[in-house]
Amino acid sequence: MTRALPERDRAAEARAAEMEARLAGIQREIDALRRRSEKDKPDAVEQIRVLEARGEELRESMLSIRTAWQAVALARHPQRPKAQEFVRALLDEFTELHGDRLFRDDPAMLAGLGWFEGQPAVAVAPCKGRDTRENIACNFGMPYPEGYRKALRAMRLAEKFGYPVLSIVDTPAAFPGDAAEERGQAEAIARNIGEMTRLRVPVLVVITGEGGSGGALAIAVGDAVLMLEHAVYTVIPPEGCAAILWHDAGRAREAASALRLTAQEIAALGVVDEIIPEPSGGAHLDSQAAIAAVREALRPRMTALSNLPVEELLRRRYAKYRAIGYHEEQS
Amino acid sequence: MLNWLRRPKHGRISRRDIPAGLWVKCSRCGAAVYHRDLERALKVCPKCGWHHRLGAEERLSITLDEHSFEEMDANLASGDPLRFDGYREKLSEARANTGNADAAIVGVGGIEGYRTAVGALDFAFMGGSMGSVVGEKITRVAERALQDRLPLVIFSASGGARMQEGALSLMQLAKTSAAVGRLHEAHLPYLSVMCDPTTGGVTASFAFQGDVIIAEPGALIGFAGRRVIEQTIRRKLPERFQTAEFCLEHGLIDMVVPRPELRGVLARLLRFFGAPRAVAPEPAAAAPDGEAQPAPGEPGGPEVACP
Repeated sequence: MTRALPERDRAAEARAAEMEARLAGIQREIDALRRRSEKDKPDAVEQIRVLEARGEELRESMLSIRTAWQAVALARHPQRPKAQEFVRALLDEFTELHGDRLFRDDPAMLAGLGWFEGQPAVAVAPCKGRDTRENIACNFGMPYPEGYRKALRAMRLAEKFGYPVLSIVDTPAAFPGDAAEERGQAEAIARNIGEMTRLRVPVLVVITGEGGSGGALAIAVGDAVLMLEHAVYTVIPPEGCAAILWHDAGRAREAASALRLTAQEIAALGVVDEIIPEPSGGAHLDSQAAIAAVREALRPRMTALSNLPVEELLRRRYAKYRAIGYHEEQS
Repeated sequence: MLNWLRRPKHGRISRRDIPAGLWVKCSRCGAAVYHRDLERALKVCPKCGWHHRLGAEERLSITLDEHSFEEMDANLASGDPLRFDGYREKLSEARANTGNADAAIVGVGGIEGYRTAVGALDFAFMGGSMGSVVGEKITRVAERALQDRLPLVIFSASGGARMQEGALSLMQLAKTSAAVGRLHEAHLPYLSVMCDPTTGGVTASFAFQGDVIIAEPGALIGFAGRRVIEQTIRRKLPERFQTAEFCLEHGLIDMVVPRPELRGVLARLLRFFGAPRAVAPEPAAAAPDGEAQPAPGEPGGPEVACP
């Protein structure tokens, strides 16, 4: 059974919140000075320089306090390497597959074939864009049911040929729209989760950005589940949690802390098996290094899992999920 | 006819008795209904047909043969693994209000003589949300079905995964799905009944994994919440969006069954899928003279299993 987490470091959370408030104050002063200096006060330039230096200092010292909200910001960073970039870099001769054979091809989900370190593998990954235009094209990484069904079709193909499945996960959520509901979003997710618990090939999962609830889990049930250092994994987005609990989506920062969604906390809960360190400052500063780190972490696990007899693989997968949970016994 | 379930353990409080002679107002149509009439109609409004929500105990008591239920793991209670502010208080409140330790009751019982593993979620307990305990109980009752070769019937009524247990709640989707998956592999029937409301993580796991999926009339069934969808698509949704009838039309469920017919439909399906009989076929659930048959598994009870 899972162990309970230690108490949150509320003092650090308060310090971080206070620093951020001060930083916002400095930014407001700078903006005000800029507006005035445009007209007639050239001496404001010096003041602005001083304020900017103070802001930079604050930012530096804030880095020493890791907060859940920083992790959320890093996980959602627009320059963070996208799941599809990991897939295309990790697999040689990547060949994309399209469509669920039932309704349409969902651009929010990538599926395809390729070679990982000389071993054939099938990969699935939600697609986020690098800019607004790309994001609109791929629905901000939020798959429809047909996206999950495409992923399942690819996984079934892997099973047919005995190839491992590699799932790279970075999605805010399954798309919450009326058409998605009509086509059975819940059914698609439920089916994927169910099938992945007994897929007869190794399944390796890396949460690289946002692990957004059921929409993530629908491609994230596996034998080895790894997580990048600044990725987050959560049952509900912090904004949604704050809206439900306190009727105020603006309190997302608090909700992020409460949900214990950082890689360190998720690993402590036994939900992921390993944390992959990111390049200093975050994966967005060095995509190549982040991809290399993921490759290094996957290699030994891929080998070890591929050598397990199928029945043993399935027995371990069942036992792994069977053990997750925390309860007490009332007398 | 309600409240016959044996609940001797843990000093559970019984549901508040409504004073005799009280009239209740149907929250749907506003009609005043004599409470006895409402109870007799299984809480289906005699005026408008609205199926009012049932607690887990009520659900089992109107579904199962009298004195056939043997509860499992009643003592499992949620802890506070995340140290989530206010969670322990909410749990205490829900325990006091429902008299139950958490949002699911599971065990083994009979439906018109067919012995089955059974579970019911309780919306009155924190919105029927699935945290570690609900996930564990659904998993255990599925494992019990596998071990004894019994069918499984689960009545869902849930807002989804329980936020206060974070990613642990999310993992219950995988845990319960894995357990239900073993029933599929063992060719054991699993009937899923969706009651009002069944949404979020519960629909995204065991509720949509039934061999046959039944819903109660008017039940709200869907993955995402109505408000979230309306904000996303910037449009108002029609009234009947995400109702049981809507899901039936879109091919997501097998049937919509009014509450008074549900027990009969379940029994018919259990028979079709070869469920074992606990007792000799009898039309009435309760022996008229009050003499109960020995429950299966109890001394004198028959040893039975799916073929």
